[in-house]
Amino acid sequence: MATTVHPDPAPAHHAHPTYHEVTRDIAATLGTPKRGYYVLLAFVLTVLAAGAFALLWQIRYGLGVAGYVPPVMWGVYITTFVFWVGIAHSGTLISAILYLFRSAWRTSVYRTAEAMTVFAVMTAGLFPLIHVGRLWYAYWLIPYPNQRGLWVNFKSPLVWDVFAVSTYFTVSTLFLIVGLVPDVAAIRDKAIGWRKKLYRITALGWRGTDQQWRHYTKAYLYLAALATPLVLSVHSVVSWDFAMSIVPGWHATIFAPYFVAGAIYSGVAMVITLIVPLRKVFQLERYINVIHFENLAKLLLLTGSIVGYAYLMEYFVAWYSGNPFERASFWNRAFGEYWWATWTMLLCNGVLPLFLWFPKVRRSIPALFVLSLFVNLGMWFERFVIIVVSLSFEYEPYAMGHYTPSWVDWTILAGSFAWFFMWFLLFAKNFPTVSITEVKEIIPMPRRKGARA
Amino acid sequence: MSAPAGGVLAAFRHVDDAVQAVRELKEMGYRDFTVYSPVPNHEIAAAIGHRISPVRGWTLLGGLAGLSLGFLMALWMSVDYPIVVGGKPIPSVIPYIVIGFELTILVGALATITGLIVHIIRNRRAAAYDPRFTDDHVGIFVPCPAERRNAVQQLLQTSGAEEVRVEA
Repeated sequence: MATTVHPDPAPAHHAHPTYHEVTRDIAATLGTPKRGYYVLLAFVLTVLAAGAFALLWQIRYGLGVAGYVPPVMWGVYITTFVFWVGIAHSGTLISAILYLFRSAWRTSVYRTAEAMTVFAVMTAGLFPLIHVGRLWYAYWLIPYPNQRGLWVNFKSPLVWDVFAVSTYFTVSTLFLIVGLVPDVAAIRDKAIGWRKKLYRITALGWRGTDQQWRHYTKAYLYLAALATPLVLSVHSVVSWDFAMSIVPGWHATIFAPYFVAGAIYSGVAMVITLIVPLRKVFQLERYINVIHFENLAKLLLLTGSIVGYAYLMEYFVAWYSGNPFERASFWNRAFGEYWWATWTMLLCNGVLPLFLWFPKVRRSIPALFVLSLFVNLGMWFERFVIIVVSLSFEYEPYAMGHYTPSWVDWTILAGSFAWFFMWFLLFAKNFPTVSITEVKEIIPMPRRKGARA
Repeated sequence: MSAPAGGVLAAFRHVDDAVQAVRELKEMGYRDFTVYSPVPNHEIAAAIGHRISPVRGWTLLGGLAGLSLGFLMALWMSVDYPIVVGGKPIPSVIPYIVIGFELTILVGALATITGLIVHIIRNRRAAAYDPRFTDDHVGIFVPCPAERRNAVQQLLQTSGAEEVRVEA
């Protein structure tokens, strides 16, 4: 990292780091990792290998190994799909929606959130394919011209989902890459050796000229403006996979806003889970501090309250509908065979976040970390409750069944976490997890004649 | 970009100095200079006097193209291979709103990126560069023939550049 050190004409009168310090500190996160990093990576890869083995096992012996019991033909895979799509959402909320609101605190955390989005969608996208069993026919989901003259059924929410999730993946990846380009250029200008070559290619010729910025700032704004309605639509569409059918417990109009709030809730929790260790390992305390955590905690409290409200409202609607099947389904959720899943969900998502009303908890990083783990757990169980428990208790008692996930389900679920964390670990070591450019943007540029008000 | 034009390259530590230099250069009649900055800056953009980027047109057209593509695709395909469900209309617009909406976003975003790349390439100028410009300096490169270099150098120096050098 050979750079000329210029004497700073205005020594720090204020807490802002200088532009040069920002580049230096964030570029330092890309240095040679400690042994712990490789140990962690090796662990993650081992779990991923186990997941891949379970998947190969399922491909060899068929979906029968996955614990499906009629009528529960949507199980852990669909639960995990919804879970990961949900995780993705807060990334776009932080990167796009808060960008449109000109919220300055987002700059330190948005890159992590956005990378999380892309990797979470990459994880989620695997699950419908794993779930359909015959992976090699996955392309049937896409309308392509074929000899039999078949087209997909555009009235099916499952086809909407294909369009929504693939659009989401494409747009969030583009958004991440566009945000990265000026940062990669800043690192290119500091790096040496093989990394210099890597960043020279990935910076795509960025130099920060006036013409480049002129088009870039507008393009970024429009991408954010496109991503904002997109993020709201994606989980709505996912919720319609359920709400458009007539299963008791699914057929509800509140599903779209309920799912979107839940998605952002789980995603904010995952951002906290990721940022707490990241900040420690990369010594980014100067850039990610208590204010950021407090703001994330407030987002968690807001979305958690909406989710808690939706839980209560679901029960109210079931009771008020007077529909005996709907009422039975909700009675079964709370006191049936799966009572433990429902109460885990209610405790983790509805009760524990109430502690966030205390400013002390919002400002305590260890407390937030622990809470975020509970929310992650609770949100997985929420989807399990909605999907599995509702399916297991449909109309006719003779057709009801009890679903127990098999080892294949659990191993593939564990593998999905490994897949996600593998990408995140690789990303964090090769690209800046805090945006160099956007952190600089909220620091006033140095002026000779003093700062303007 | 591989053959940079000759000219004068200046590095500024202070943004107000650089803005002043841009104004003076414009008064002298220079239009084809390049300003580098580590972050986008409104003052610099205003001093240069850029018009609004045409990328927005790409976004609009891309979005409209995606919208029509989504609806037309779903409508045509459902007529081409009718899936008859309970005597309901075969091409039904309401569920296709989802397809139309998603493709609006998808094609709109892809068009925005295409527009970004196209316009950056179109407005590319041969110019000298210094790695400090992505770190903490504002740079100005003025392409000019050898006989005018002294005047430009003088201008950049008096407006407060930290370093001014002549690029062959």
